[in-house]
Amino acid sequence: MTDPILTLSGISKSFPGVRALHDVSLELYAGQVTALIGENGAGKSTLVKTMTGIYQPDAGEIRVGGKLVTLPTAHSASAVGITAIHQETVLFDELTVAENIYLGHAPTNRFGMIDWKTMRKEARETLDSMAAGIDPDIKLKELGIAKKHLVAVARALSVDAQVVIMDEPTAALSQKEIEELYVLIELLKADGKAILFISHKFDEIYRIADRFTVFRDGEQVGKGMIKETSQSQIVQLMVGRAVENIFPPRNAVIGDVVLEAKGLSHPTEFEDVSFTVRKGEILGFYGLVGAGRSEVMQAVFGMTQTSSGRLVLDGQAIAPQSAADAVEAGIVYVPEERGKQGVITGEPIFKNVSLPSLKKTSKNGFLRMAEEFDLARTYTERLDLRASSLSQNVSTLSGGNQQKVVIAKWLATLPKVIILDEPTKGIDIGSKAAVHEFMGELVAQGLSVIMVSSELPEVLGMSDRIVVMREGRVIDTLDNDGLKPETLVRLAAGIAEEQAA
Amino acid sequence: MTEIHATGRSLPNRLDKPLKSAVLSWESLLVLVAVGIFILNSFASPYFLNAWSLSDLTFNFTEKALIALAMALLIISGEIDLSVAAIIALASTMMGLALQYGADTPTLVAVGVGVGILCGAFNGFLVTGLKLPSIVVTIGTMSLFRGIAFIVLGDQSFKGYPASFSWFGQGYVYWVISFELVLFLVCAVIYWVLLHRTNFGRRVFAIGNNDVAAQFSGVRVDRIKFILFCLTGLMSGIAAVLLTARLGSTRPSIAEGFELEAITMVVLGGVSILGGAGSIIGVVLAALIVGLVTFGLGLLNVPGIVMTIFTGSLLIVVIALPILFRMWRNRA
Repeated sequence: MTDPILTLSGISKSFPGVRALHDVSLELYAGQVTALIGENGAGKSTLVKTMTGIYQPDAGEIRVGGKLVTLPTAHSASAVGITAIHQETVLFDELTVAENIYLGHAPTNRFGMIDWKTMRKEARETLDSMAAGIDPDIKLKELGIAKKHLVAVARALSVDAQVVIMDEPTAALSQKEIEELYVLIELLKADGKAILFISHKFDEIYRIADRFTVFRDGEQVGKGMIKETSQSQIVQLMVGRAVENIFPPRNAVIGDVVLEAKGLSHPTEFEDVSFTVRKGEILGFYGLVGAGRSEVMQAVFGMTQTSSGRLVLDGQAIAPQSAADAVEAGIVYVPEERGKQGVITGEPIFKNVSLPSLKKTSKNGFLRMAEEFDLARTYTERLDLRASSLSQNVSTLSGGNQQKVVIAKWLATLPKVIILDEPTKGIDIGSKAAVHEFMGELVAQGLSVIMVSSELPEVLGMSDRIVVMREGRVIDTLDNDGLKPETLVRLAAGIAEEQAA
Repeated sequence: MTEIHATGRSLPNRLDKPLKSAVLSWESLLVLVAVGIFILNSFASPYFLNAWSLSDLTFNFTEKALIALAMALLIISGEIDLSVAAIIALASTMMGLALQYGADTPTLVAVGVGVGILCGAFNGFLVTGLKLPSIVVTIGTMSLFRGIAFIVLGDQSFKGYPASFSWFGQGYVYWVISFELVLFLVCAVIYWVLLHRTNFGRRVFAIGNNDVAAQFSGVRVDRIKFILFCLTGLMSGIAAVLLTARLGSTRPSIAEGFELEAITMVVLGGVSILGGAGSIIGVVLAALIVGLVTFGLGLLNVPGIVMTIFTGSLLIVVIALPILFRMWRNRA
């Protein structure tokens, strides 16, 4: 057995009120993919930030190639050959692809100026070697999220990193794009890079990883070779208990139509979208990334205006001009972009939760803190929020717990229809099951749920009916009764029946 | 199936002690600074510790501080208004014009305040209706408003305001307590309640922290920003009434540089220039400090032009301090 390229040992890191990492260790080997597995709040993101020089560990040591290193800045991390591709890619929209790839280490000519010609040429070569099909001269903002990831990978290749950290790289990718990413990972492996692969999806981990390390509550609880370990063993390590059936049984009584959309159109994003959702029903929206599902939902939520079509809620026509109108009518939306649109990260948990319910907690427009805390406590505890206090800043919470804050915020408004846009994106199995179970409870209480999801098991496991969208149009609405995953994929991708067979 | 309702754990409201955080706050630092400058002033000049002298001191900052109150809310929401001094010039000019047509005191006040609100509404419309950045909009309206004042007045001035009007800027409510000071204190309380004790204030903070997420949380972001611009216009209009009444005349160059001093008070008061954080108590203390310093320099016969150097330096220092502090802490 060769020695690991990167060794972390005895790493601890605490934040006020939270012990994020406690005496953890990790080894990464050249030419191998190590999967880092753990629930939300297990300390995965903190570890990545420690490895990339963003956080300083309170204790422990980091060795690269056997040599002890300290990483006081992000730059020092890349200097020792550690690079990261993040969940939400940190690249620069206004720069070209080539500039993004070479930012910070651009080739220079003898006058110390950037050698643009070489830079473009090398960028093109790198991209071509990946078969990315990206023009290095266009601005990054013209690329979709999947292509942006490819640029990030190209950047990792260009800095000649020894260690590549991939923090949920597939979260925003379609199945086809994920396949392309696998090819790239194989390329990186063949190149002798050590890869740390963070993902919640077991099919991915079993497909691509060689080794695994499991974290739970800030501690390393197990590691080994993927081939020698079963999924249930890993799940048991993750949650500390066995997880049975992931999806709760659907036993809500489905009633009358609550919300009806008729012929919703938008000049560029979607056309002639119609659907109904009934009381106690979970309506799934499936489609590829970019099919226009989120855009439709944001129109229903009043964030964007439709050019034609109408909405009927409880028999009354509504035309929300803003999110505030929609919330008043009883429609709420849990956005996909949690950090940008979901939570207000500079503010504490209770202020986030009470924000849309201030009318209820206040008296004549004046704040009543006791009522706000009560409201926040009631709903966050229903969701089993993990925090040290209600005044904790939401930016210090893990992704899954931030999602719980967003959901708590909306439940407190007592909505009729709750729209969940990729509700379990970037969330671990434990929280996922909690969210799914909670959705089951919501419909049992008579709410209507619209769930936009790109994950087939989730759509099939949770929905009563499924709307499939493609290129801004509703392709079909199906009863979720003996549906095959292939049928959905075929409809979403627009593959004809005989070809799919 | 696991039960997710029963958790057994109860989240506390907060962990840190409110008293401890109050002692270590920016506001308590400002109190120390204010006391320090007060003591320095009393050593620097024998004329300082005198009831009338201290009363004069308040005239040094009340008009700007009135604007700073509304400006604080605007900056917390992530916007800014650089046109406030120009609004004073336009409002004052319109009052002078109304005077030429024989307007009485109530009408003059109504004109001054009304023009202020209209100017604020115009700024607010350009920012929220047309989605233009406020810094650009208000640099434009700064020239626009004062330009109109120059066109109306040329190198002339309006004089001859009635005595009943002058009372707003020169009158005393009781002994050495001026009307201006009383009005400022009343407004400070109103703005404190508005920012820290109402739903409106809570939403202002939310917008300043993340206006997209605030909008996604059902906050009517544009409406609140529009109201904040109108409030800033209103306070500028009130300041125009006070200043015009105090000076007894209107020139187009009236109130030049007021916007910088008002913004300095806001930032010195601990309001984040990036939005999302700040307090009215801090702004009131900062106004007092700016007043104390400029008055102290005046007692020492330091010319006005030097005082602007002080104001400018102060603005840079208070914006840089938190950043330097963070750099120092990250290094340690």
